[in-house]
Amino acid sequence: MHTFILRRFFFLTFVLFGVSVLLFGILMTFSPERRAAAYVTTPQQAKDIPRIIKQFGLDDPFYIQYVRWIKEVSRGNLGWSLVAARPVGEAFWRYFPITLEMNLYAAPIVIFLGIWLGSISGIHRDSWIDHSTRIFAIIGWSLPTFLFALVLLMVFYGYFHLFSPGVLSDELAMSIINHPEQYTAYTGMLTIDGLLNGRPDIALNALHHLVLPITTYVIVVVALNMRVMRSGIIEELSKDYVLTARAKGADRRTIHYKHARRNALLPVITVAGQLVAMSMEGSIAVEVVYNRQGIGWWLAESATQLDMPVLMCICLFMGLVFVVTNLTIDILYATIDPRIRLN
Amino acid sequence: MANAHPRLRELTYTLYRIFRNPSAIIGFTLLLFFVGVAVLAPVLAPPKYAHNPYQMPHKGFSPTPKAPNEKAIFGTTSGQYDIYYGVVWGTRTAFKIGLFVVIISGFVGVGLGAISGYYGGWIDEFLMRVTDIMWAIPTLVLAMAIVVAFGRGLDKVMIALALIQWRWYVRVTRSEILTLRDQEFVQAARIMGVSDLKIILRHILPNAIYPVLIMASMDMGSMVITASFMSFVGLGSPKGYADWGQMVALARNYIVGPPDDPLRFWYTIAIPGACIILFVLAWNLIGDALRDAFDPKLRRR
Repeated sequence: MHTFILRRFFFLTFVLFGVSVLLFGILMTFSPERRAAAYVTTPQQAKDIPRIIKQFGLDDPFYIQYVRWIKEVSRGNLGWSLVAARPVGEAFWRYFPITLEMNLYAAPIVIFLGIWLGSISGIHRDSWIDHSTRIFAIIGWSLPTFLFALVLLMVFYGYFHLFSPGVLSDELAMSIINHPEQYTAYTGMLTIDGLLNGRPDIALNALHHLVLPITTYVIVVVALNMRVMRSGIIEELSKDYVLTARAKGADRRTIHYKHARRNALLPVITVAGQLVAMSMEGSIAVEVVYNRQGIGWWLAESATQLDMPVLMCICLFMGLVFVVTNLTIDILYATIDPRIRLN
Repeated sequence: MANAHPRLRELTYTLYRIFRNPSAIIGFTLLLFFVGVAVLAPVLAPPKYAHNPYQMPHKGFSPTPKAPNEKAIFGTTSGQYDIYYGVVWGTRTAFKIGLFVVIISGFVGVGLGAISGYYGGWIDEFLMRVTDIMWAIPTLVLAMAIVVAFGRGLDKVMIALALIQWRWYVRVTRSEILTLRDQEFVQAARIMGVSDLKIILRHILPNAIYPVLIMASMDMGSMVITASFMSFVGLGSPKGYADWGQMVALARNYIVGPPDDPLRFWYTIAIPGACIILFVLAWNLIGDALRDAFDPKLRRR
């Protein structure tokens, strides 16, 4: 098992290296002049473009520039963000908690709802429960996140005045800005910081602003989990051990929830990586529509302003997330599946 | 029918299985409708600018949308662009996006996957490692990075998506081919001296193509979603181009109407939005039905 994990670790390090080369390759499709423009801050400097190209070695061979770039990146220097008007690395940590917070709340809902709906759908195959959950899944699968978010906003903000976009109501946001000494951003996540600062009103308000984003996101993302769980259950229930269990007169609930469901959980773990990718894509749409200033919002804003350093940073971050999730999945898999554990 | 060619018999059975499924019937009906609209677009909505029919005509520049009336049956969106015209020509745009991305990435992916799975060895190792790297970044994020590098525009969005999406087809094709490569009928063909190319094209690919078809069908929908989101944030088609995502973007500031009538401008978002959803739903329903029909585990039960 240790060699398995070690092998995976080396493989994933290689993937991360490959991602950085790929991204740098995309960056290099810009001409040296265009890349030099990133260093220009005043009109006078604009005349010195050839000098800047020389100074930063922008027409050096690919590998020299790559090594120089990766050195800077590993020191935390990722460039300048136009949207945030501060260095990319610093801006990242401002936006990241907002996205993390939403995902932390949504993930358990997606996982447990998907497993639950998938298993009842699989157990009651071809019944009305199965058909309605499948219709729900295929509609969720076909809904573009941004469109669904807009419609929810239209109904629940415009018509019912129940929820509003943003992360916090204006009065509370102003109260934080006016009295910075009373509020410390420990984590950057408003629901947690609100409680830590003894301000339950902020925490509740932030939670209230999370309702629509999480709803959107869960309905769009849950279909994947559900589908995998359903086919897993159906496959397990057709196996011989289930027949044996039935023959010896075991309780139906025991067969379904103890035997079949536990085995059907394995494929769900396999798609967890895909689930993380989907939730990152979902975060972009949700944050853009609900005007939540997290990573996804920052990415979309930077893309429309053609701000390449931010895109590079977020792509690298995605690569890192991919590597970490996959390593976690491998370790989980190795601990859960005895066929790998005992090998 | 009993003495028909086995392939034909199998095809008839497959078609029977597909059309027994109500979701397939709904899916194909919706698809037929969209194909009809796309083909008949010049008749349904005669273009005002003959040289550029995708440009939506607009009367005036007022940002406030106008409700459906006899001049514009679906009303006008922000900028007075005619919604009916945009929706009709937007159908063509959607097919253009989907077909371009799926055909290019499908051919590239199936080709590379076939080579990788059939020959194995260092070619396989190399191609698989490249694919692994491509997998590490979500489609939308990588597509945005490529579009920013190449510049904005719907054509750039399509190219970026085609450059990314082949990774799905490589994996699916390769895993199918790995199970077929060592079966007796392939070995028999090899012993009889059939060339590698012919073995792949005649004997292996026809047996490995169904998962690719299912994937392609689902992709037609998801690529339209991704492209319309990119148009929505302003990376795709220019303003006034008949594209559903672009029309949703135009409506964005009007999702909430005046306080006395908050849903006044519903048509600006509901009509193009419904088009996107129904288009994607059609392809997903077809993909779902194909999956049920082709899955050998469920096929003969």
